[in-house]
Amino acid sequence: MFKFLEPNRIFLITSKAPKYVMALFIVVFFLGLVESLILSPEDYKQSHSVRIMYVHVPAAWISLGIFSSITLLSLSGFIFKNKHLFLIAKSLAPSGLVFNIIALVTGSIWGKPTWGTWWAWDARITSMLILALFYLMYLIAWRIYADKENVFKITTIITIFGIINVPIIKYSVDWWNTLHQPASINLLSKTSIHPSMLFPLLIMTAAFTLFSLLIFLMKYNTELIKIKNKGLDRL
Amino acid sequence: MYGQKVKLRFFFIVLIFLSLILSTYLVLKSLEENVVYFKSPSDVKELGELENKKIRIGGMVKKNSIDISSNEINFIITDFKNEINVTYSGVVPNLFSEGKGVVAEGFLKDRSFFKASKILAKHDENYMPPEVKEAIGEK
Repeated sequence: MFKFLEPNRIFLITSKAPKYVMALFIVVFFLGLVESLILSPEDYKQSHSVRIMYVHVPAAWISLGIFSSITLLSLSGFIFKNKHLFLIAKSLAPSGLVFNIIALVTGSIWGKPTWGTWWAWDARITSMLILALFYLMYLIAWRIYADKENVFKITTIITIFGIINVPIIKYSVDWWNTLHQPASINLLSKTSIHPSMLFPLLIMTAAFTLFSLLIFLMKYNTELIKIKNKGLDRL
Repeated sequence: MYGQKVKLRFFFIVLIFLSLILSTYLVLKSLEENVVYFKSPSDVKELGELENKKIRIGGMVKKNSIDISSNEINFIITDFKNEINVTYSGVVPNLFSEGKGVVAEGFLKDRSFFKASKILAKHDENYMPPEVKEAIGEK
Protein backbone atom coordinates (compact mmCIF):
# COMPACT_ATOMS: atom_id res chain seq x y z
CA MET A 1 0.00 0.00 0.00
CA PHE A 2 1.10 3.60 -0.71
CA LYS A 3 3.97 2.25 -2.87
CA PHE A 4 3.17 4.97 -5.41
CA LEU A 5 4.24 7.59 -2.88
CA GLU A 6 7.91 6.62 -3.19
CA PRO A 7 9.81 9.93 -3.44
CA ASN A 8 11.72 8.97 -6.59
CA ARG A 9 8.60 8.38 -8.63
CA ILE A 10 6.69 11.37 -7.32
CA PHE A 11 9.69 13.65 -7.76
CA LEU A 12 9.51 13.11 -11.52
CA ILE A 13 6.00 14.56 -11.44
CA THR A 14 6.47 17.37 -8.92
CA SER A 15 9.57 18.67 -10.66
CA LYS A 16 8.00 18.83 -14.12
CA ALA A 17 4.29 19.43 -13.55
CA PRO A 18 4.34 22.97 -12.03
CA LYS A 19 5.09 24.78 -15.29
CA TYR A 20 2.15 23.11 -17.06
CA VAL A 21 -0.17 23.77 -14.14
CA MET A 22 1.06 27.38 -14.09
CA ALA A 23 0.28 27.80 -17.80
CA LEU A 24 -3.19 26.32 -17.34
CA PHE A 25 -3.76 28.49 -14.27
CA ILE A 26 -2.88 31.69 -16.15
CA VAL A 27 -5.30 30.85 -18.95
CA VAL A 28 -8.19 29.90 -16.65
CA PHE A 29 -7.54 32.82 -14.29
CA PHE A 30 -7.51 35.30 -17.19
CA LEU A 31 -10.76 33.81 -18.48
CA GLY A 32 -12.24 34.03 -14.97
CA LEU A 33 -11.19 37.69 -14.58
CA VAL A 34 -12.69 38.70 -17.93
CA GLU A 35 -15.86 36.77 -17.18
CA SER A 36 -16.32 38.08 -13.62
CA LEU A 37 -15.14 41.68 -14.08
CA ILE A 38 -16.44 42.50 -17.56
CA LEU A 39 -18.90 40.00 -19.00
CA SER A 40 -21.03 39.13 -15.98
CA PRO A 41 -23.96 41.43 -15.17
CA GLU A 42 -24.29 43.55 -12.05
CA ASP A 43 -26.65 42.40 -9.31
CA TYR A 44 -30.16 43.86 -9.02
CA LYS A 45 -29.55 44.81 -5.42
CA GLN A 46 -25.84 45.12 -4.64
CA SER A 47 -24.87 46.25 -8.19
CA HIS A 48 -21.12 45.94 -8.80
CA SER A 49 -20.10 44.77 -5.35
CA VAL A 50 -21.42 41.34 -6.34
CA ARG A 51 -18.10 40.89 -8.16
CA ILE A 52 -16.35 40.48 -4.80
CA MET A 53 -18.28 37.23 -4.47
CA TYR A 54 -16.33 35.70 -7.38
CA VAL A 55 -13.21 35.82 -5.21
CA HIS A 56 -14.80 35.39 -1.78
CA VAL A 57 -16.81 32.22 -2.35
CA PRO A 58 -14.15 30.15 -4.20
CA ALA A 59 -11.53 31.19 -1.62
CA ALA A 60 -13.79 30.06 1.23
CA TRP A 61 -14.62 26.77 -0.49
CA ILE A 62 -10.97 26.00 -1.15
CA SER A 63 -9.82 26.81 2.36
CA LEU A 64 -12.48 24.43 3.72
CA GLY A 65 -11.59 21.77 1.14
CA ILE A 66 -7.89 21.98 1.88
CA PHE A 67 -8.41 21.72 5.64
CA SER A 68 -10.57 18.63 5.13
CA SER A 69 -7.89 17.09 2.90
CA ILE A 70 -5.18 17.87 5.45
CA THR A 71 -7.22 16.15 8.15
CA LEU A 72 -7.90 13.11 6.00
CA LEU A 73 -4.21 12.82 5.07
CA SER A 74 -3.00 13.26 8.66
CA LEU A 75 -5.46 10.69 9.97
CA SER A 76 -4.50 8.17 7.28
CA GLY A 77 -0.86 8.94 8.00
CA PHE A 78 -1.47 8.26 11.67
CA ILE A 79 -3.44 5.07 11.15
CA PHE A 80 -1.16 3.56 8.49
CA LYS A 81 2.08 5.08 9.84
CA ASN A 82 3.04 6.70 6.56
CA LYS A 83 5.18 9.84 6.70
CA HIS A 84 4.61 10.82 3.06
CA LEU A 85 0.97 11.51 3.79
CA PHE A 86 2.00 13.96 6.52
CA LEU A 87 4.35 15.73 4.14
CA ILE A 88 1.61 16.02 1.51
CA ALA A 89 -0.66 17.51 4.18
CA LYS A 90 2.06 19.96 5.21
CA SER A 91 2.54 21.11 1.61
CA LEU A 92 -1.19 21.76 1.20
CA ALA A 93 -1.54 23.96 4.29
CA PRO A 94 -0.02 27.31 3.16
CA SER A 95 -2.41 27.84 0.25
CA GLY A 96 -5.30 26.87 2.51
CA LEU A 97 -4.34 29.56 5.00
CA VAL A 98 -3.88 32.15 2.26
CA PHE A 99 -7.31 31.44 0.79
CA ASN A 100 -8.85 31.50 4.26
CA ILE A 101 -7.43 34.99 4.83
CA ILE A 102 -8.56 36.09 1.36
CA ALA A 103 -12.09 34.91 2.20
CA LEU A 104 -12.09 36.87 5.47
CA VAL A 105 -10.69 40.06 3.92
CA THR A 106 -12.93 40.05 0.83
CA GLY A 107 -15.91 39.28 3.07
CA SER A 108 -15.06 42.32 5.13
CA ILE A 109 -14.72 44.51 2.02
CA TRP A 110 -18.09 43.23 0.78
CA GLY A 111 -19.72 43.62 4.19
CA LYS A 112 -19.05 47.36 4.46
CA PRO A 113 -21.13 48.48 1.45
CA THR A 114 -23.74 45.72 1.80
CA TRP A 115 -24.38 45.17 5.50
CA GLY A 116 -22.97 48.45 6.69
CA THR A 117 -20.20 46.98 8.83
CA TRP A 118 -16.66 45.66 8.31
CA TRP A 119 -16.96 42.92 10.89
CA ALA A 120 -19.70 41.16 12.81
CA TRP A 121 -19.27 38.49 15.46
CA ASP A 122 -21.69 36.28 13.67
CA ALA A 123 -21.43 32.48 13.75
CA ARG A 124 -20.25 32.07 10.15
CA ILE A 125 -17.59 34.77 10.31
CA THR A 126 -16.31 33.79 13.75
CA SER A 127 -16.05 30.09 12.85
CA MET A 128 -14.14 31.07 9.70
CA LEU A 129 -11.72 33.09 11.86
CA ILE A 130 -11.28 30.04 14.09
CA LEU A 131 -10.39 27.98 11.01
CA ALA A 132 -7.66 30.51 10.18
CA LEU A 133 -6.31 30.11 13.73
CA PHE A 134 -6.23 26.33 13.29
CA TYR A 135 -4.31 26.73 10.02
CA LEU A 136 -1.82 28.97 11.86
CA MET A 137 -1.45 26.48 14.71
CA TYR A 138 -0.92 23.67 12.22
CA LEU A 139 1.79 25.54 10.33
CA ILE A 140 3.53 26.77 13.48
CA ALA A 141 3.53 23.22 14.93
CA TRP A 142 5.60 22.07 11.93
CA ARG A 143 8.15 24.76 12.73
CA ILE A 144 8.58 24.40 16.48
CA TYR A 145 9.04 20.64 16.89
CA ALA A 146 12.32 19.19 15.71
CA ASP A 147 11.42 15.54 16.19
CA LYS A 148 9.36 14.30 13.24
CA GLU A 149 7.37 11.76 15.27
CA ASN A 150 6.23 14.54 17.59
CA VAL A 151 5.26 16.79 14.70
CA PHE A 152 3.15 14.04 13.14
CA LYS A 153 1.26 13.47 16.39
CA ILE A 154 0.73 17.11 17.24
CA THR A 155 -0.40 18.17 13.76
CA THR A 156 -2.84 15.24 13.70
CA ILE A 157 -4.33 16.38 16.99
CA ILE A 158 -4.64 19.93 15.65
CA THR A 159 -6.45 18.72 12.53
CA ILE A 160 -8.81 16.55 14.61
CA PHE A 161 -9.84 19.55 16.68
CA GLY A 162 -9.97 21.80 13.62
CA ILE A 163 -12.14 19.52 11.50
CA ILE A 164 -14.94 19.67 14.10
CA ASN A 165 -15.19 23.34 13.17
CA VAL A 166 -15.67 22.66 9.45
CA PRO A 167 -19.28 21.37 9.58
CA ILE A 168 -20.01 24.22 12.00
CA ILE A 169 -18.83 26.71 9.37
CA LYS A 170 -20.90 25.00 6.69
CA TYR A 171 -24.15 24.79 8.66
CA SER A 172 -23.81 27.85 10.92
CA VAL A 173 -26.06 29.83 8.56
CA ASP A 174 -28.79 27.19 8.77
CA TRP A 175 -28.62 26.41 12.49
CA TRP A 176 -28.61 29.92 13.88
CA ASN A 177 -29.68 33.44 13.00
CA THR A 178 -26.64 34.92 11.32
CA LEU A 179 -25.93 38.14 9.49
CA HIS A 180 -24.28 36.08 6.75
CA GLN A 181 -26.74 34.85 4.14
CA PRO A 182 -27.43 31.12 3.70
CA ALA A 183 -25.78 29.14 0.91
CA SER A 184 -26.93 30.01 -2.62
CA ILE A 185 -25.58 26.88 -4.22
CA ASN A 186 -27.00 23.58 -3.05
CA LEU A 187 -26.31 20.23 -4.59
CA LEU A 188 -29.74 18.89 -3.69
CA SER A 189 -32.07 21.86 -4.02
CA LYS A 190 -32.46 24.80 -6.39
CA THR A 191 -29.55 27.19 -6.85
CA SER A 192 -30.46 30.79 -6.20
CA ILE A 193 -27.72 32.34 -8.32
CA HIS A 194 -28.55 33.34 -11.87
CA PRO A 195 -26.59 31.22 -14.43
CA SER A 196 -24.85 34.35 -15.79
CA MET A 197 -23.33 34.82 -12.34
CA LEU A 198 -22.81 31.15 -11.54
CA PHE A 199 -20.55 30.67 -14.57
CA PRO A 200 -17.79 33.14 -13.55
CA LEU A 201 -18.01 31.79 -10.01
CA LEU A 202 -17.25 28.28 -11.22
CA ILE A 203 -14.40 29.43 -13.48
CA MET A 204 -12.81 31.34 -10.60
CA THR A 205 -13.16 28.23 -8.43
CA ALA A 206 -11.30 26.24 -11.10
CA ALA A 207 -8.60 28.93 -11.29
CA PHE A 208 -8.08 29.02 -7.52
CA THR A 209 -8.00 25.22 -7.38
CA LEU A 210 -5.26 25.22 -10.02
CA PHE A 211 -3.38 27.85 -8.03
CA SER A 212 -3.49 25.74 -4.85
CA LEU A 213 -2.39 22.72 -6.88
CA LEU A 214 0.53 24.74 -8.23
CA ILE A 215 1.65 25.92 -4.79
CA PHE A 216 1.18 22.39 -3.46
CA LEU A 217 3.37 20.85 -6.18
CA MET A 218 6.12 23.40 -5.58
CA LYS A 219 5.96 22.92 -1.80
CA TYR A 220 5.97 19.15 -2.04
CA ASN A 221 8.84 19.27 -4.50
CA THR A 222 10.87 21.13 -1.87
CA GLU A 223 9.95 18.51 0.74
CA LEU A 224 11.17 15.75 -1.58
CA ILE A 225 14.44 17.57 -2.23
CA LYS A 226 14.88 17.79 1.54
CA ILE A 227 14.39 14.01 1.81
CA LYS A 228 16.87 13.39 -1.00
CA ASN A 229 19.52 15.55 0.63
CA LYS A 230 19.17 14.37 4.19
CA GLY A 231 20.24 17.04 6.61
CA LEU A 232 19.26 20.00 4.45
CA ASP A 233 16.08 19.96 6.50
CA ARG A 234 17.96 21.16 9.56
CA LEU A 235 19.81 24.05 7.97
CA MET B 1 -5.40 -7.57 5.78
CA TYR B 2 -4.50 -4.75 8.18
CA GLY B 3 -2.53 -5.43 11.35
CA GLN B 4 -3.93 -5.28 14.84
CA LYS B 5 -2.18 -1.95 15.49
CA VAL B 6 -3.78 -0.31 12.45
CA LYS B 7 -7.24 -1.38 13.59
CA LEU B 8 -6.58 -0.12 17.10
CA ARG B 9 -5.40 3.27 15.84
CA PHE B 10 -8.46 3.54 13.63
CA PHE B 11 -10.73 2.72 16.55
CA PHE B 12 -8.85 5.25 18.70
CA ILE B 13 -9.50 8.02 16.14
CA VAL B 14 -13.18 7.08 15.90
CA LEU B 15 -13.52 7.33 19.69
CA ILE B 16 -11.80 10.73 19.77
CA PHE B 17 -14.20 11.98 17.11
CA LEU B 18 -17.29 10.67 18.87
CA SER B 19 -16.38 12.31 22.16
CA LEU B 20 -15.35 15.57 20.49
CA ILE B 21 -18.54 15.80 18.45
CA LEU B 22 -20.66 15.11 21.51
CA SER B 23 -18.88 17.67 23.67
CA THR B 24 -18.98 20.31 20.92
CA TYR B 25 -22.70 19.65 20.54
CA LEU B 26 -23.25 20.14 24.27
CA VAL B 27 -21.20 23.32 24.39
CA LEU B 28 -22.98 24.85 21.39
CA LYS B 29 -26.38 23.80 22.71
CA SER B 30 -25.80 25.51 26.03
CA LEU B 31 -24.36 28.61 24.37
CA GLU B 32 -27.13 28.94 21.80
CA GLU B 33 -28.31 32.22 23.33
CA ASN B 34 -24.97 33.80 22.52
CA VAL B 35 -24.27 32.10 19.22
CA VAL B 36 -27.29 33.62 17.49
CA TYR B 37 -26.43 37.01 16.05
CA PHE B 38 -29.90 38.46 16.46
CA LYS B 39 -33.32 37.70 17.94
CA SER B 40 -36.51 37.65 15.90
CA PRO B 41 -39.56 39.65 17.00
CA SER B 42 -41.14 36.36 18.14
CA ASP B 43 -38.12 35.64 20.36
CA VAL B 44 -38.57 39.08 21.91
CA LYS B 45 -42.23 38.29 22.65
CA GLU B 46 -41.12 35.23 24.57
CA LEU B 47 -38.44 37.00 26.60
CA GLY B 48 -39.05 36.51 30.31
CA GLU B 49 -37.79 39.79 31.60
CA LEU B 50 -36.71 42.86 29.70
CA GLU B 51 -33.13 43.66 30.55
CA ASN B 52 -31.62 47.00 29.85
CA LYS B 53 -28.75 45.72 27.73
CA LYS B 54 -27.87 46.03 24.08
CA ILE B 55 -29.49 43.40 21.86
CA ARG B 56 -29.94 42.82 18.14
CA ILE B 57 -33.25 42.23 16.46
CA GLY B 58 -33.56 40.93 12.94
CA GLY B 59 -36.26 40.22 10.41
CA MET B 60 -37.89 41.81 7.38
CA VAL B 61 -38.66 45.49 7.04
CA LYS B 62 -42.45 45.51 6.74
CA LYS B 63 -43.80 46.79 3.42
CA ASN B 64 -44.91 50.45 3.50
CA SER B 65 -43.68 50.88 7.04
CA ILE B 66 -40.66 53.13 6.54
CA ASP B 67 -41.38 56.64 7.71
CA ILE B 68 -38.57 59.14 7.33
CA SER B 69 -38.85 62.42 9.16
CA SER B 70 -36.26 65.18 9.49
CA ASN B 71 -34.08 63.51 12.11
CA GLU B 72 -35.22 59.95 12.47
CA ILE B 73 -36.37 56.88 10.61
CA ASN B 74 -39.23 54.75 11.89
CA PHE B 75 -40.00 51.33 10.52
CA ILE B 76 -41.39 47.95 11.54
CA ILE B 77 -39.39 44.74 11.74
CA THR B 78 -41.53 41.67 11.16
CA ASP B 79 -41.02 37.92 11.03
CA PHE B 80 -44.56 37.55 9.66
CA LYS B 81 -45.80 36.47 13.08
CA ASN B 82 -44.87 39.33 15.36
CA GLU B 83 -43.74 42.89 14.79
CA ILE B 84 -41.56 45.47 16.48
CA ASN B 85 -41.51 49.21 15.93
CA VAL B 86 -38.02 50.57 15.46
CA THR B 87 -36.84 54.12 15.65
CA TYR B 88 -33.38 55.15 14.53
CA SER B 89 -31.48 58.28 13.70
CA GLY B 90 -28.39 58.00 11.56
CA VAL B 91 -27.21 56.67 8.24
CA VAL B 92 -28.75 53.43 6.95
CA PRO B 93 -26.85 51.06 4.62
CA ASN B 94 -27.60 51.23 0.89
CA LEU B 95 -29.35 47.91 0.90
CA PHE B 96 -31.81 48.92 3.59
CA SER B 97 -35.24 48.81 1.96
CA GLU B 98 -38.79 47.59 2.41
CA GLY B 99 -39.40 43.88 2.15
CA LYS B 100 -35.71 43.12 2.74
CA GLY B 101 -33.78 41.72 5.67
CA VAL B 102 -32.46 43.98 8.40
CA VAL B 103 -30.65 43.67 11.71
CA ALA B 104 -31.05 46.47 14.26
CA GLU B 105 -28.77 46.87 17.26
CA GLY B 106 -29.97 48.84 20.27
CA PHE B 107 -32.23 48.80 23.31
CA LEU B 108 -35.77 47.56 23.87
CA LYS B 109 -38.04 50.20 25.34
CA ASP B 110 -40.85 47.72 25.73
CA ARG B 111 -41.96 44.55 23.96
CA SER B 112 -43.02 46.33 20.81
CA PHE B 113 -40.76 49.35 20.72
CA PHE B 114 -37.06 49.33 19.94
CA LYS B 115 -34.58 52.19 19.85
CA ALA B 116 -31.78 51.29 17.45
CA SER B 117 -28.27 52.65 17.63
CA LYS B 118 -27.05 50.83 14.52
CA ILE B 119 -28.74 49.38 11.45
CA LEU B 120 -27.29 46.57 9.36
CA ALA B 121 -28.82 45.34 6.12
CA LYS B 122 -29.05 41.59 5.73
CA HIS B 123 -28.54 40.31 2.23
CA ASP B 124 -30.39 37.19 1.08
CA GLU B 125 -29.03 34.31 -0.97
CA ASN B 126 -30.50 35.46 -4.27
CA TYR B 127 -28.22 36.83 -6.96
CA MET B 128 -29.54 37.95 -10.34
CA PRO B 129 -29.15 40.70 -12.92
CA PRO B 130 -31.66 43.62 -12.79
CA GLU B 131 -33.42 42.50 -16.01
CA VAL B 132 -34.20 39.12 -14.52
CA LYS B 133 -35.51 40.75 -11.35
CA GLU B 134 -37.82 42.92 -13.46
CA ALA B 135 -39.04 39.91 -15.40
CA ILE B 136 -39.85 38.09 -12.16
CA GLY B 137 -41.53 41.19 -10.76
CA GLU B 138 -43.83 41.47 -13.78
CA LYS B 139 -45.20 37.97 -13.33
